[in-house]
Amino acid sequence: MIDAVGNPQSLLLLGGTSDIALATAERYARQRPLRIVLAARPSDRLEAAAERLRGTGSTVTTVPFDARKPETHAETLDKVFGEGDIDISIVAFGMLGDQEKLWTDVAAAQEMAEINYVAPVTVGVLLAEHLRKQGHGHIVALSSVAGERVRRSNFAYGSSKAGMDGFYTGLTEALRPSGIKVTVVRPGHVKSKMTEGLKEAPLAQTPEQVAEIIVNSVRKGKELVWAPAQFRYVMSVLRHLPRAVFRRLPF
Amino acid sequence: MLTGWGRTAPTMAEVISTPDVETIARAVREAGPRGVIARGLGRSYGDPAQNAGGTVIDMTALDRIHTIDVDNALVDVDAGVSLDTLMRGLLPHGLWLPVLPGTRQVTVGGAIGADIHGKNHHSQGSFGSHVISLDLLTADGEVRTLTPESDSAELFWATVGGMGMTGIVLRATIRLKRVETAYFVVDNIRTRNLDELLEHFTDGSDDDYVYSVAWFDSLARGDRMGRALLTRGNPATLDELPKKLRKNPLGFDAPQLMTAPPVFPNGLVNKYTITAFNEVWYRKAPTKYGSVQNITQFFHPLDLVGEWNRVYGSNGFLQYQFMVPFGREQMFRRSIDKISASGHVSFLNVLKTFGPGNAAPMSFPDKGWTLTVDIPVTPGLDRLCRDLDEMVLEAGGRLYLAKESRTTPEMIERMYPRIDEWRKTRAAVDPEGIFRSDLARRLNL
Repeated sequence: MIDAVGNPQSLLLLGGTSDIALATAERYARQRPLRIVLAARPSDRLEAAAERLRGTGSTVTTVPFDARKPETHAETLDKVFGEGDIDISIVAFGMLGDQEKLWTDVAAAQEMAEINYVAPVTVGVLLAEHLRKQGHGHIVALSSVAGERVRRSNFAYGSSKAGMDGFYTGLTEALRPSGIKVTVVRPGHVKSKMTEGLKEAPLAQTPEQVAEIIVNSVRKGKELVWAPAQFRYVMSVLRHLPRAVFRRLPF
Repeated sequence: MLTGWGRTAPTMAEVISTPDVETIARAVREAGPRGVIARGLGRSYGDPAQNAGGTVIDMTALDRIHTIDVDNALVDVDAGVSLDTLMRGLLPHGLWLPVLPGTRQVTVGGAIGADIHGKNHHSQGSFGSHVISLDLLTADGEVRTLTPESDSAELFWATVGGMGMTGIVLRATIRLKRVETAYFVVDNIRTRNLDELLEHFTDGSDDDYVYSVAWFDSLARGDRMGRALLTRGNPATLDELPKKLRKNPLGFDAPQLMTAPPVFPNGLVNKYTITAFNEVWYRKAPTKYGSVQNITQFFHPLDLVGEWNRVYGSNGFLQYQFMVPFGREQMFRRSIDKISASGHVSFLNVLKTFGPGNAAPMSFPDKGWTLTVDIPVTPGLDRLCRDLDEMVLEAGGRLYLAKESRTTPEMIERMYPRIDEWRKTRAAVDPEGIFRSDLARRLNL
């Protein structure tokens, strides 16, 4: 249960090796040790992350989760919720990929769309079902500013984020009568393993900075947040630029 | 969506409201995996009367006063009756509830489940000590009549202070006090600081009063730290009343002057408003002996305003109440110092002494000091409360579950040394854990 001052007792990271998700878990765990479930493909990286979180005194378990196999998602989440209530679920998996390949190579495009859009949708449906039964809970969905207005340089990725963003924004409303909260987070460029080797964009952030925004937003019950907050204003300008102008912008 | 009085941590449950005991029993027998819990008037601050994803029985529908036995000073009453209704029903007969908490807007069932106390704990004990029999609907759907001294005593005392986890209290018989009037003779003492206050509590003078409680200024620092107003009183006898009141000595009317509208912004209760409030409150009450006060003046000034919890804004607030044994005054002093220095502002600060506890393993009051503060939820509050938890535990004290909304299972485990004994009783009567609440989930009760 989330207590009166906003401390959760359990946390599910879908995409259990995501830098942002792990930074968020670490932040919660430093406030007060809790039960953390890391759902991801089994790997050394996953085990190392679990081990690091255990260092906070938290109880950490891992469950195998493969975003590309939506038919397994129901079983995975049944297992997770069978072991106890989940206060906060973070939907953090996703891939960036080679942006040129993503619109020229069918297989690459399909894989990206499955991971970034199809899987968040199936997971979202299942989370909604479990949380409504549970009668409480909070979903955090990691979207991206790239989905707000897709641009030439990463439109394939951007389009998948636009889709998942729309789904979770709608889910916020659909779950409101059940008392389940959803927070859609739209980070800009985050210096993480996902963006390794890329040129740093303006307003770049560390995973820890995004984690801080997530923790504060959940506590305040915010439904849509930008990371950093200034992006809201940047994007509301960019959103309305005529295409002829938008096309010429240097990013 | 249900919350406690502190308006924090809302969760969803199916609420059943019926005066029909058979319907309630069926709900218990057919409970789903998320279980059932009873709810009264929702005055617990945290989450004991909510049950995420499960069933909540609204007991206020079960609201009959069955019999008032004037000769023996007993009342047989449904668990959903509020102490307000009950008190109004009893007064014309010269009968008085032995324990009244800071609000009359609580049900008899809630009073038993939380084993509530009032300003007379040092002289009268807690609510459960005055219950001579109760009907408990248990997990098997049966109703058992329990008494404090018989074969059923173990379950009786597990139910007193058991936060609804043994079953649903349907009905109870309570032993009452007799009074000649509905008024109190009250002595007010204004103290300059905490030392002076503690001295009044410990110099033996408290024994002369049935009721005794202090309000203290949580923001005063230095020499004035813990400056307070000590209010002590006794039920007024007929000849203590001024002539005007003697015509209708048992008369009582308590208007609710207003209901706080749901428009208060967060942050209204802040350092500046409360500093000003405390100053006025402290100054308006000079030391004065022998004034005659009515029930609302003496007991429940907050009941004049309905829904006063709204004043704290939508972030809600929490109440922190703990007790520590006598002899730990140093810790007591440090805790007040810590609260005063924290920058968190508390509005309702209450300090009093408790008399001996009763046989209930989960009952909160026991011989010692108790202190209550209520604080709007703002960043950093968690840290302050956690530090206080450590101090309370270290001093051999504990937190009050009816107020609790944020501590850890480990703390409660260590603060209530008889919790395993209580768990055993509970497991025997409810092996599948049908009775569940958010509080129980959060604290792993």
